Amino acid sequence: MSLTETTYWVVGASFALYIVIAIRSRASTTQEFYVAGKGIHPIANGMATAADWMSAASFISMAGLIGLSYNGYGGSVFLMGWTGGYVLLAMLIAPYLRKYGKFTVPEFIGDRYYSNTARIVAVLCLIICSVTYVIGQMKGIGVAFSRFLETDYETGLLSGMVIVFFYAVLGGMKGITYTQIAQFCVLIFAYTVPAIFISLQLTGQPIPQLGLGSTLADGSYLLHKLDHILLDLGFQEYTTALRGSTLNMAAFTASLMIGTAGLPHVIIRFFTVPTVRAARTSAGWALVFIAILYTTAPAVAAMARLNIIQILEPEAGQALLIEERPTWFKNWERTGLLEIDDKNGDGRIQYHADPERNELVKLDNDILVLANPEIANLPNWVIALVAAGGLAAALSTAAGLLLAISSAISHDLLKRTLMPQITERQELMASRIAMSLAVLGAGYLGLNPPGFAAGTVALAFGLAAASLFPALFLGIFSQRVTREGAILGMLSGISVTLIYVFQHKGIMFIPGTSFLGNLSPNWFFGIEPNAFGVVGAMVNFTVTLIVTRFTPAPPEEVRLLVESVRVPRS
Amino acid sequence: MGTPVSQQTRDIYWRENRRLMLILGFFWFVVSLGCGVLWVEPLNRIQMGGFKLGFWFAQQGAIYGFILLTFIYALAMARLEKRLGLEEPDA
Repeated sequence: MSLTETTYWVVGASFALYIVIAIRSRASTTQEFYVAGKGIHPIANGMATAADWMSAASFISMAGLIGLSYNGYGGSVFLMGWTGGYVLLAMLIAPYLRKYGKFTVPEFIGDRYYSNTARIVAVLCLIICSVTYVIGQMKGIGVAFSRFLETDYETGLLSGMVIVFFYAVLGGMKGITYTQIAQFCVLIFAYTVPAIFISLQLTGQPIPQLGLGSTLADGSYLLHKLDHILLDLGFQEYTTALRGSTLNMAAFTASLMIGTAGLPHVIIRFFTVPTVRAARTSAGWALVFIAILYTTAPAVAAMARLNIIQILEPEAGQALLIEERPTWFKNWERTGLLEIDDKNGDGRIQYHADPERNELVKLDNDILVLANPEIANLPNWVIALVAAGGLAAALSTAAGLLLAISSAISHDLLKRTLMPQITERQELMASRIAMSLAVLGAGYLGLNPPGFAAGTVALAFGLAAASLFPALFLGIFSQRVTREGAILGMLSGISVTLIYVFQHKGIMFIPGTSFLGNLSPNWFFGIEPNAFGVVGAMVNFTVTLIVTRFTPAPPEEVRLLVESVRVPRS
Repeated sequence: MGTPVSQQTRDIYWRENRRLMLILGFFWFVVSLGCGVLWVEPLNRIQMGGFKLGFWFAQQGAIYGFILLTFIYALAMARLEKRLGLEEPDA
């Protein structure tokens, strides 16, 4: 069986599984549609949260980001940032919102800040964060299809949309939860199997997390060897290369952490468990399941980088002959992810940090995960599995985001603001229509990606950190914060962050409209735009607290609401 | 729902909760932004197997620390709720 056929079988089987689950878990009430009837076991919810969380970016791009773009140590910001937020979520947000016991994040903000304006500002912030995020997932689906199944990008994207449409519209949160559990199993298996093989090949150690600190066949430590080779090639040392400055790394890590704890599609997952106690343990389980991938990724990053370098330089000082490059290399050149340019005409591929001398002119981040099984000569079924895993990661995150968007529209805008008189049946119908529109909208944006679609996932975190997290945190931990404070805080936090990003990367990312240019000397204290969320959050906190001092205290029922969310039983 | 919760119990619960958060939050900072970013250089002088210690914290250790902290919080809160009679009925 050819590789493409095997891939069709594996991906087809995984899709059939998702459809069967969808049919068996239709939602019949709004409670089932929004929060899966609050009956999900904490471990099951932990798995679903992990799949919800780990997107196409985590699965396909993260190892490459760490190993290539961020040259090793600098990439730690993603590892710490995208896991550390769960500690904040477990202690500061999830248990209290679960106790509050309703359906959406804007709903809590609207009730706590006794204001429909606050509710609508929260809906806006939610939509801005979630839409920037969902575009990346739709693109991931299209790209995975076109690379592995040799369809064109549009066909791939449409097939993905049909699948999401099926289980998200039918089952709402209930359907999404059970498919996410299946998707977690597919994606974690697909990620760890090639990693185990590669770790075994390089170090003889089957556990990649330990393999990263083990010795190679020649007796030297893997990381030592990588450090030396990279220094020889003109790069910085792998284990110490900073991303920008120490301050930038701290700000980037903190932005991703705070953003994690403020992203609505993650928070609503904790509404699906039966108790406050279950919400806390569920966060722990989610972290365990996420950590399986997140502690494997740095091993994949270092090992795949070392593999590629050693293939390009089979003997010390002797670069690979272009004619002798392996088949997988030629295959990936066709996709445009790899590109060579024999600048000095010696018929060999010189890989070097200096752009003048480097002849591997394009080495895409995604190569590290996508081509990993081929580089390591693994059987076809492992390659097919990676395709199914990448799709599972993109589909599960897209579904979670679409639910957050559609429930904000049908529940917060419609039921709680514009048409409070509609019945539950009508609201359920409205939520299905909103979900259908959200799927179509996301598909449209995936087909016609706006200029800002590239690299927006990290931005979504900055925006969530600067807008929703402070409003939620202060809403729980202070009884005094007023609606005026929260509304102005959210608006100023999200504006400051957007303006900072726009002024460096262009208004709506349109090239040429950036008035300061994307130049690090113009960065505020050397903080790059993607790391700016933590500054936005501080602006939000400051504005909220100052405005609160000058506005009348919230009414008595708000004090009672805050008292009640703080305690699990009352 | 059981008996209503007295104001005194609420206050004790919230005070204990905040104390626990401060302690665990301190360790959260230490394992990630501390050992992984701010103090990474001195820690990198210590070699642990094939890892420089600071690098290990940034790419592995911080994550294990987070898991531990989250479960400690969940267990300690469950215990506190039991002590104060604030357990929820299992739904």
